[in-house]
Amino acid sequence: MNRITARKVAFNIHALKSARRTLCCSSGVKLPSEDRDQELSDKHGSHTNHPVHDVAIVGGGMVGMALACSLANTPLTKKLSVAIIDSNPALLSGDVIKKEDPPDPRVSTVTPATIALFKDMGAWKYVEEHRHAYFDKMQVWDYTGLGYTKYNARDINKEVLGCVVENKVLHRSLLSGLQNADSEQKIYHFKLNSMTTQPSSSSTPHGSLAKLELSDGHSLYAKLVVGADGSKSRVKELAGITSTGWKYSQNAIICTVQHTQENFCAWQRFLPNGPIALLPIGDNFSNIVWTMSPDESSNRKSMSELEFVEELNRALDSGYGPRPKSQLSGAPPFSWLTNSDRTASSADDLFEAAPKITKLASERMVFPLSLNHANRYASKRVAIIGDAAHTVHPLAGQGVNMGFGDAFSLSKVISQGIAVGSDIGELSLLKRYESERKPANVTMMAILDGFQKAYSIDFGPLNVLRAAAFQGAHYISPLKKNIISYASGEQRFPLFS
Amino acid sequence: MVSKHLLTRIYSMTRPVLQIPQPRNLCSHPKFVHELQTRLFSDAPPPSPAAPASTPPPASNLQSKSSLNETELKKFAAISETWWDAEGPFKPLHLMNPTRLAFIRSTLCRHFGKDPNSTRPFEGLKFVDVGCGGGILSEPLARMGATVTGVDAVEKNIKIAQLHADLDPITSSIDYRCTTAEKMVEEQMKFDAVLALEVIEHVAEPAEFCKSLSALTSCGGATLISTINRSMRAYATAIVIAEYVLRWLPRGTHDWSSFLTPEELVLILERASISVQEMAGFVYNPLTGQWSISDDISVNFIAYATKNTE
Ligand SMILES: Cc1cc2nc3c(=O)[nH]c(=O)nc-3n(C[C@H](O)[C@H](O)[C@H](O)COP(=O)(O)OP(=O)(O)OC[C@H]3O[C@@H](n4cnc5c(N)ncnc54)[C@H](O)[C@@H]3O)c2cc1C
Ligand SMILES: C[S@@+](CC[C@H](N)C(=O)[O-])C[C@H]1O[C@@H](n2cnc3c(N)ncnc32)[C@H](O)[C@@H]1O
Repeated sequence: MNRITARKVAFNIHALKSARRTLCCSSGVKLPSEDRDQELSDKHGSHTNHPVHDVAIVGGGMVGMALACSLANTPLTKKLSVAIIDSNPALLSGDVIKKEDPPDPRVSTVTPATIALFKDMGAWKYVEEHRHAYFDKMQVWDYTGLGYTKYNARDINKEVLGCVVENKVLHRSLLSGLQNADSEQKIYHFKLNSMTTQPSSSSTPHGSLAKLELSDGHSLYAKLVVGADGSKSRVKELAGITSTGWKYSQNAIICTVQHTQENFCAWQRFLPNGPIALLPIGDNFSNIVWTMSPDESSNRKSMSELEFVEELNRALDSGYGPRPKSQLSGAPPFSWLTNSDRTASSADDLFEAAPKITKLASERMVFPLSLNHANRYASKRVAIIGDAAHTVHPLAGQGVNMGFGDAFSLSKVISQGIAVGSDIGELSLLKRYESERKPANVTMMAILDGFQKAYSIDFGPLNVLRAAAFQGAHYISPLKKNIISYASGEQRFPLFS
Repeated sequence: MVSKHLLTRIYSMTRPVLQIPQPRNLCSHPKFVHELQTRLFSDAPPPSPAAPASTPPPASNLQSKSSLNETELKKFAAISETWWDAEGPFKPLHLMNPTRLAFIRSTLCRHFGKDPNSTRPFEGLKFVDVGCGGGILSEPLARMGATVTGVDAVEKNIKIAQLHADLDPITSSIDYRCTTAEKMVEEQMKFDAVLALEVIEHVAEPAEFCKSLSALTSCGGATLISTINRSMRAYATAIVIAEYVLRWLPRGTHDWSSFLTPEELVLILERASISVQEMAGFVYNPLTGQWSISDDISVNFIAYATKNTE
């Protein structure tokens, strides 16, 4: 090889010279940006009164804040300039939650999957500074006294099945997680009035960006607008995204109650007109979500506190029918139906009575039950997350978990887009978020809808079948494990896996 | 990421034929190697050893070699309005973009020792996108921090690219020019990374084109080339004709006979003193409509190569 090289060098002097010349000149190549920077600032100078952001999150509720917090705590997205638009006073940082404040009747049951995501972005430590209640047991039973089932975290080798946290605590923790991240974001304490996403004219400097007009009359531009503005989403409406939904002729009463014993179990009892759930929220408090007919709800909202507490205790234990009998050994009553396989480690758990309620600790709030699902989650420069994309009834406590799932998925997709230099408002990128979340949410909604239909109607004598289903769930271990992992946010397709 | 194993396979296919030891000091002697290889592996007559001083300057020499293929360029000029229509004729490029950019990001972050967690890892580096078309690749590169020059032989493409880039202050810094790789070589321009994606199948002389790409790459720089594999013809009749050619691309956008195989690409790059370090394939899943990086280079492939410095 050296031999060939040496021989060739002799008659290629001119080539060497030209090569050297090439090398010397390389530093002389003009940097394209140098003389353009000037041009740029001139061109955009007249628009400095309209701030330009990478992401504008409309709605700083729990889900919008989860997105902001996740973006701020992810390496590739923390440098994005994020705007949060919401007139909600809870976003003013002066507002601190005090231990002695009465518990908020609006609580969420967060799943282990959500807890893990909160931990990843450093927000869970703030939740732990406030009132919260982990629960490791769940007891579901039926007013007929024919069946019950108990779920245990041990069944799926977990410490907990979930954690009940007041919404204001979740919200505050996300805000703290955001404030303590090293990132740039601006909160606009206004409402969104209108939005334009169609490029006005290609000659305007931000022509291709979305333009938002706020309630104070000011405007801003963003590459991506995220609608996290709840079930009556203005963003969804302005983006022309339609949705499909239906109302159930049922309402839910939500309130906080106090009891004497400590509670580490989530309780749910099916009554003739719908289920009642008692969720521990810590400090001898629990949260009630009770579904019933609209007539019953207005009646129970207006009755005296004493009467209402009495009604609650009847609904949770003493009224409607007998307590189911604990199965200790021998064949369970519906073994012929369920073909029982008794290996679930909690199969021997005895039936327990729910804690006796002594006092009402909040006002009673009534909500109509409805299901609503957006037909699309994205359009050019717009994505919708949380209740803006889907609302479910509070029955299974999945609403906000679905929203958190959306927020983390969108945050991940934005991060992937940044990694490959995409325009983060590009529809093809946002479609990836949609295709990740839509099937998951639709499955969850179908299950909740089915659940609703199966359990809110009094089947009369057919209740025996429903009770059999409980017995089945109680004794068929793999099925039961699936149900728990589904409810704890780990599995996408319960029962079919 | 394509396995070293695959590359070894390609090398073992090319090396015995070439019988070429890795040339040394190529970077400081580009012209020399160029001629060394021309002499060894082409029919071109060796420069006369008798008259080294009177050899014409390389510039005029290069001018005569043009990579322009007029028929191909006309096809692109005809559909230049549709560059940014994600559902238009360039849909495959739009769909493939995130995938190929992921490959580019990971290889170039490694190459230049940049933090892959940085939002703008290519800050301070000069890239040229040869055959940039409407700027589908140039814009993301600019967002990733690179100082980008985009060049295309079709004036209309450059106009479209400029108009689109001006919509975003970050991309409006891209320097778009209607020129060719050869002309830039004449101007003695150098870049840290030279990218020519989905271009080589449209040029007149791929080997000459690669030499120009090499000459544009600075010492220690990187070259990235992607193209369609000629050997995918069988595959083409099945899914690709339906999904790729007939539905998306106007008939005749690609002339199958001008495609290269990965082996051929490695070979002509080697002759241009560029060594392929890694190769990856892109496979299209018609069910999800997504492309993904794979070891399968039988359809569409990308090569990351370095300019030889020793
Ligand atoms: C009675 C009830 C009980 C529930 N119980 C549970 C439960 O146990 N577990 C569970 O997981 N989920 C539960 N949910 C569901 C859960 O509360 C919601 O899914 C969750 O609050 C959705 O959060 P979000 O951030 O998407 O929307 P929201 O919490 O509705 O927040 C929307 C935000 O957008 C702002 N906004 C609205 N319009 C505009 C505008 N034009 N401009 C600017 N800002 C705007 C609002 O001020 C608000 O801050 C329950 C819901 C109800 C109604
Ligand atoms: C298939 S497009 C690829 C565009 C772009 N590189 C991408 O991958 O998104 C090929 C482009 O190469 C341009 N082109 C073809 N031959 C060329 C040449 N010899 N020099 C410069 N550009 C050329 C065409 O005009 C066309 O825009």
